[in-house]
Amino acid sequence: MSQAPALRVEESPWDRGRVGMACLIFGESTFFCVFVVAYLFYIGKSATGPQPGDVLEFPWLATACLLSSSLSAGLAVSALARAEAVRASLFLAITVCLGSAFIAATAVEWSGLIYGHGLTIGTNLFGTTFYSLVGFHAAHVILGLLMLSLVLALTLGGRVGAEHAERVEMVTWYWHFVDAVWIVVLTTVYVVGV
Amino acid sequence: MSAGLRTDAAGGISRPERRASVLHAWVTTVDHKKLGILYIAAGLLFFVIGGIEAIVMRAQLAQAANDLLEPQEFNRLFTMHGTTMVFLVGMPIVTGFGNYLIPLMIGARDMAFPRLNAWGFWMFLFGGLVLYMSYFASMGLYGAGTAPDVGWFAYSPLAGKAFSRGNATDYWILGILISGFGSISGAINMLTTTLTMRCPGMTMSRLPLFVWMMLVVSFLMLLALPVLTGAQVMLLFDRFLGAHFFDTQAGGDAVLWQHFFWFFGHPEVYILMIPGFAYASEIIPVFSRKVIFGYSFMVAATLAIGLVAVGVWAHHMFTVGMGQGLNIWFAVITMLVGVPTGIKLFNWIATMYGGRIQLRMPMVFCIAFLGQFLIAGLTGILLSGAPLNWQLSDSYFVVAHFHYVLIGGLVFTVFAACYYWFPKMTGRMLSERIGRWHFWLFFIGFHLTFTTMHVQGILGMPRRIYTYPVERGWEVWNAISSTGAILQGLGVACFFVAVILAFRRPADAGPDPWNAWTLEWSTSSPPPDYNFLNLPEVRSRRPLWDLKHPDDPDWEHE
Repeated sequence: MSQAPALRVEESPWDRGRVGMACLIFGESTFFCVFVVAYLFYIGKSATGPQPGDVLEFPWLATACLLSSSLSAGLAVSALARAEAVRASLFLAITVCLGSAFIAATAVEWSGLIYGHGLTIGTNLFGTTFYSLVGFHAAHVILGLLMLSLVLALTLGGRVGAEHAERVEMVTWYWHFVDAVWIVVLTTVYVVGV
Repeated sequence: MSAGLRTDAAGGISRPERRASVLHAWVTTVDHKKLGILYIAAGLLFFVIGGIEAIVMRAQLAQAANDLLEPQEFNRLFTMHGTTMVFLVGMPIVTGFGNYLIPLMIGARDMAFPRLNAWGFWMFLFGGLVLYMSYFASMGLYGAGTAPDVGWFAYSPLAGKAFSRGNATDYWILGILISGFGSISGAINMLTTTLTMRCPGMTMSRLPLFVWMMLVVSFLMLLALPVLTGAQVMLLFDRFLGAHFFDTQAGGDAVLWQHFFWFFGHPEVYILMIPGFAYASEIIPVFSRKVIFGYSFMVAATLAIGLVAVGVWAHHMFTVGMGQGLNIWFAVITMLVGVPTGIKLFNWIATMYGGRIQLRMPMVFCIAFLGQFLIAGLTGILLSGAPLNWQLSDSYFVVAHFHYVLIGGLVFTVFAACYYWFPKMTGRMLSERIGRWHFWLFFIGFHLTFTTMHVQGILGMPRRIYTYPVERGWEVWNAISSTGAILQGLGVACFFVAVILAFRRPADAGPDPWNAWTLEWSTSSPPPDYNFLNLPEVRSRRPLWDLKHPDDPDWEHE
């Protein structure tokens, strides 16, 4: 009988929260890919106006708000990890405000398109693909905002502390993902598509 | 609640109360074993429903110019049959075995996200119920209660508002959409469990092949299902909001739907088939009393199939007219699938070669699988040649091909898996005597039904026709096909008889009735809630062999 070899233990570099969130982000990415592909496929194929070049303006302000909110979300997590709850709450609040500003900017843009230019989802292929792609992204931003607001409320209530930093970090992963999708949407809709 | 259940014999809980508490325990469970069994049971229930739909269709086609069914009813039947078998039978059974076995095989006490797991099951079940609600609830123009009739792939523009009035198609979209969320969550769960919950010593290179293959399946689910979800959402927007994604009147493109659908649909075939490989890879070595031949090649071949799976979808669309470049690309890549699949087939045969083969029920089903899957693969390679495909597409040859894959490949291995793991799930053996009846009826019926369909296809019989004229020369082949369908139905009935009879016998299977080597056999049958009292320690690919043979452990040879 031989001596049993030493037990080889492979520690996973990521815990289940990280792997699970990474998987969710991967699945969500393929979902967005379908809408991006449809958008690219239908560029210039609308039978009637308005065309993207006539009505779209590059959303500088909204983009700046959303991209900078990733920074504040990251700062909130590192503050939470150092058990600085007040600082974390502040950065979370900034993140929620910036995200809300993005949604407000989208609302202004859409109302201009709908009432000013008469572009709805049924007007032409541009409207169909535009509202679906930008709308699904906005829906994800709203979901992220709800989660961040919940974390903020719980942090203010003293229910979230340094021991939860890793879990809160998973929420911010989702938020960073939503940001990354925006860069793709922005490029597709406001750069390539115009 | 469960404590009350245990003191029942002494403590006097009434029968209805006890039933209610058992029901409560199953409905609220987050245990991966119970959820696995629920998945499989629900899948088998839908299997019966989908099978009955198939038999009704075969009755209609048994003779020429038959008027048993209206054409519209026939369309509903093949739509519901296909949708049911893929989404409500294949997916849940595959997920169910994965759920039940992955934690046990890697030495974990549950899945990574138990509550998400329960959520996924109920989403699947409610999705299935939504689909079948259409029979009772959807007010189409044809009158109350119509099921969808657009085929399981719901091609555009047929599925659009203009050609599919009423809400039948919406039931198809929503039912599959909802059950798709369940499958996506299941895939996330299986991936995470495998990557993070393995017991000490269970390195990736020692994972049972079952777990490796389910890892690839989960990855494909995560890649493919959201594509279908996205496309279905587009179709919903078209139907309810007046969007134009697939509306050809406004410049929309019907072929785009085909691309989206098959970008999901072809990986879906591998999502259903790789688990069949997974069961065979566990069963064949045990009943050959040999180590699997070429473990690392099996893993590599599975990864290769997973990779190639995402680049072949448009071989379902050769007749659309994609142009020569794309036709050649998709034909060549499709033929490449034959390489890793061939490696697997040879590895299974090499595992059996020189082994002491025990012809128990799981092994019998697996051996039939090997031959049938070979034929399925060969007709697949035939169909991947675009010129031949133009001739045979949409004929019964295609029906024969994919039923050889999904029944000859998947259903046979699922039955093998049922016979193999039923003792683990219930502590009871399934009867070998009834099992033989099951096997032979099903085997003969399967070949009568589907081998003949190759001929019908070559003779030019198109798919999805509700009847055919007398003089075409298809009558005798169709009559044989329909006879086979009855035999298959009887075979499946035998299986359910065996299951029912097993529950009338004592639970005496013991922890390891097959003298097997993977970790699920190291715990009792059925396993306790916590699976393992002490987490196992693994030093080779066959941890149970090492325990049983301390004089000749596997780690000396790996």
